[in-house]
Amino acid sequence: MNLTLKIWRQNGSQDKGRMVDYQVSDISKDMSFLEMMDVLNEQIINKGEEPVAFDHDCREGICGMCSMHINGEAHGPDKGITTCQLHMRSFKDGDTITIEPFRAKAFPVIKDLVVDRSSFERIQQAGGYISVNTSGNTQDANAIPIDKHAADKAMDAATCIGCGACVASCKNASAMLFVGAKVSQYALLPQGQVEAVDRVKNMVAQMDLEGFGNCTNTGACEVECPKGISLENIARLNREYFKANVKG
Amino acid sequence: MSVLDSKVPEGPLKDKWTNYKDKINLVNPANKRSIDIIVVGTGLAGGSAAATLAELGYNVKAFCYQDSPRRAHSIAAQGGINAAKNYQGDGDSTFRLFYDTVKGGDYRSREANVYRLAEVSANIIDQCVAQGVPFARDYGGLLDNRSFGGVLVSRTFYAKGQTGQQLLLGAYSAMNRQIARGKIEMHNRHEMLDVVKIDGKARGIIARNLVTGEIERHSAHAVVIATGGYGNVYFLSTNAMGSNATAAWKIHKKGAFFANPCYTQIHPTCIPRSGDYQSKLTLMSESLRNDGRIWVPKKMEDVLAIREGRKKPTDLSEEERDYYLERRYPAFGNLVPRDVASRAAKERCDAGYGVNATGEAVYLDFQSAIERYGNEQAKLHGLTNPSKEKITELGEEIVRAKYGNLFQMYEKIVDENPYKTPMMIYPATHYTMGGIWVDYNLMTTVEGLYCIGEANFSDHGANRLGASALMQGLADGYFILPYTIGDYLSHEIRTGKIPTDTPEFDEAEKAVKDRINAFINNKGTHSVDYFHKKLGKVMWDKCGMSRNATDLKKAISEIKEIREEFYKSVKVPGRADEMNPELEKAGRVADFLELGELFAKDALMREESCGGHFREESVELEGEQKGEAKRNDAEFAFVAAWEYKGEPSDAVLHKEELEFKDIELKQRSYK
Repeated sequence: MNLTLKIWRQNGSQDKGRMVDYQVSDISKDMSFLEMMDVLNEQIINKGEEPVAFDHDCREGICGMCSMHINGEAHGPDKGITTCQLHMRSFKDGDTITIEPFRAKAFPVIKDLVVDRSSFERIQQAGGYISVNTSGNTQDANAIPIDKHAADKAMDAATCIGCGACVASCKNASAMLFVGAKVSQYALLPQGQVEAVDRVKNMVAQMDLEGFGNCTNTGACEVECPKGISLENIARLNREYFKANVKG
Repeated sequence: MSVLDSKVPEGPLKDKWTNYKDKINLVNPANKRSIDIIVVGTGLAGGSAAATLAELGYNVKAFCYQDSPRRAHSIAAQGGINAAKNYQGDGDSTFRLFYDTVKGGDYRSREANVYRLAEVSANIIDQCVAQGVPFARDYGGLLDNRSFGGVLVSRTFYAKGQTGQQLLLGAYSAMNRQIARGKIEMHNRHEMLDVVKIDGKARGIIARNLVTGEIERHSAHAVVIATGGYGNVYFLSTNAMGSNATAAWKIHKKGAFFANPCYTQIHPTCIPRSGDYQSKLTLMSESLRNDGRIWVPKKMEDVLAIREGRKKPTDLSEEERDYYLERRYPAFGNLVPRDVASRAAKERCDAGYGVNATGEAVYLDFQSAIERYGNEQAKLHGLTNPSKEKITELGEEIVRAKYGNLFQMYEKIVDENPYKTPMMIYPATHYTMGGIWVDYNLMTTVEGLYCIGEANFSDHGANRLGASALMQGLADGYFILPYTIGDYLSHEIRTGKIPTDTPEFDEAEKAVKDRINAFINNKGTHSVDYFHKKLGKVMWDKCGMSRNATDLKKAISEIKEIREEFYKSVKVPGRADEMNPELEKAGRVADFLELGELFAKDALMREESCGGHFREESVELEGEQKGEAKRNDAEFAFVAAWEYKGEPSDAVLHKEELEFKDIELKQRSYK
């Protein structure tokens, strides 16, 4: 199929940036979206111009590196996938596709479609861990039985890949789903209880400091999350935060 | 006389590690504060090492090319992690895990290292659970296990089909705690481009900031390389797009020997390629072989009918199908080790029985499993005379619970429903057992330079068993390196800070900058990918699942030609002082173009079949094992460690003879 691509080009964080049109032809429906971008870049390089910079790595939907806004949706039109898992069979011959970086104050553009998500790193550093040193003398893994339902729920929350689609989809650019997922994983497990109060307070404080917006419960994050992280995690985050503040 | 000293401690196998730990030198906490360690790569090995070393009190500087340590390709490991916990009471033990790993590796690994790996395996699970890794549990709240290829016990711990992700996030969380404490200085979006040696010791690295293009100097008392394998030498593999061998190859050029480069794992269950634009291949977890049955049609006319769309696989009766693994290997069936399963698929496809348009695909069928689970469930639910539809529905529910995310992934890529029609699979490059040679301390042939995880050669011999990569990465990083590196660093307490304004740093930085400028100023005609794909094709066709002397010699000369053409006509757009993904790729492919040649040279030297290395000249000619790989222990029971001497063709071979005192060398039979 033949397509028109409208792509955001921005040469560094100081550049203003603009949309540029490109044509690609003979695109197979079995190609992934990023393979289509490879074809485009090969074409641009052969013309002697600079290819479009975009983040990508594992190309199997788990590393969370790829991050495009395609036709106004994070990771494109299909549900429950990342951009690298999107296939061209989701588009039609003659389509015009708009490709932009994730947009949020806390995710400044580095170049073209590449954004800086180090704000997520700093939130995790504020409390996204259990303080246990490596020793070889921790208690046996089966010493504390954990209710299967709780373990499964913790796993569901832990599947977050940190891509930032939740932030990019939220009209307030809120990071509540991302933070909620991590807080929930530990809140659901006995190992996470000891530091629960400090963890939620510190992570939320860092989230606010980074300039993410507030949550107004519109649920766009859940809809666009490639891993289907549930809004339940935001509710749990609010509960944990409230509990922590009551406890002091 | 070999220059290699494996430094394996004396004493009985089972006491070596304990005795070693009791006798090594330690560094007191105050002195640790004045010692710096560089860790390059933040996957399971690098991430766990960085966190643990920082917990101990050392100053760690960690580097990764991604925008976060959480994105290292360990994250994509699906199936699980082995540990000799014997929670299932099915006869597992440290010795059995050790034995399975050595046997699975076709007796080409170092006994003492593998035993130590099995010994610490149980600690890994304890540590991860303490970190909050949500492993799968049963209804009693205890940890669940599953079984993997090449073994007869259930010792694999898992977190859905995302075990690598959960373990990596565990190590990442431990790193984050140390980053917050200031004990790890994290450098994201940085790539190591050379190691700096002073008086024969590794004392730092030269790295490029991938956002600004700035070339930086970093010094330390020891350098740890944990940058994974070199599977992308094939262009198409299950590795991430950015996975590369540059750090490993740079240290090789600075004196670290490269061991067994020809030992590559071609994983049997990947989604077949669909066209020339293909950028990577996707793995379907080996755990699928617990329930999936692999087959091709018995009759050529059925093969043709399927390819032309006149017949569907589901139209073929049981009698018309050739379950070739069950036929050839009745004891292990569909759960034979990966190398055996891959070669068997290639054998059928080479004979013309491949079931898709390219002729490179076999079926992985869940129909029997769905029926079996369906009947079981019907009984549990007390249904009498359930309809066929009901059984299928109940069976599909169980299969969905076990493999749902994998089935969904398959459907997204191939656009077919694997519950209704069998999956199509074909082998793809997945893991490299070869790597930088290390001694028992995980130190390379350069003093103060360590190599851990997939990047080293040590534990998997000529073939890795499923769920053992995660085990090795975390064993090295959490439980082995932190001891062994301490012994070395105990001699560094009086060294003081390593300055970076020395001639050695000047020289290394200049070489890095010269190379970058050469790429940028080259007015070439072809993109980097053009050359990478050419290299990949030579590697796959001539150094792939089966190899012979004629083709390997051709590969060596062809790779040399591609390399020369690459330097003459590669085109790298953009500037050096900005984010420039094409420039990054150019450096990586340049290194693959040298590594590929050494790979072929190693494969040519090893005139035996072992593990993932299958030489067509070395097969059993008669008896029950006719046609199977034939090892040659008399002449080849050694590690091939190559010393860099300029061109890859000049590399000098050093042999580390392998001794097996606790295991009898046998032909690996899975019949």
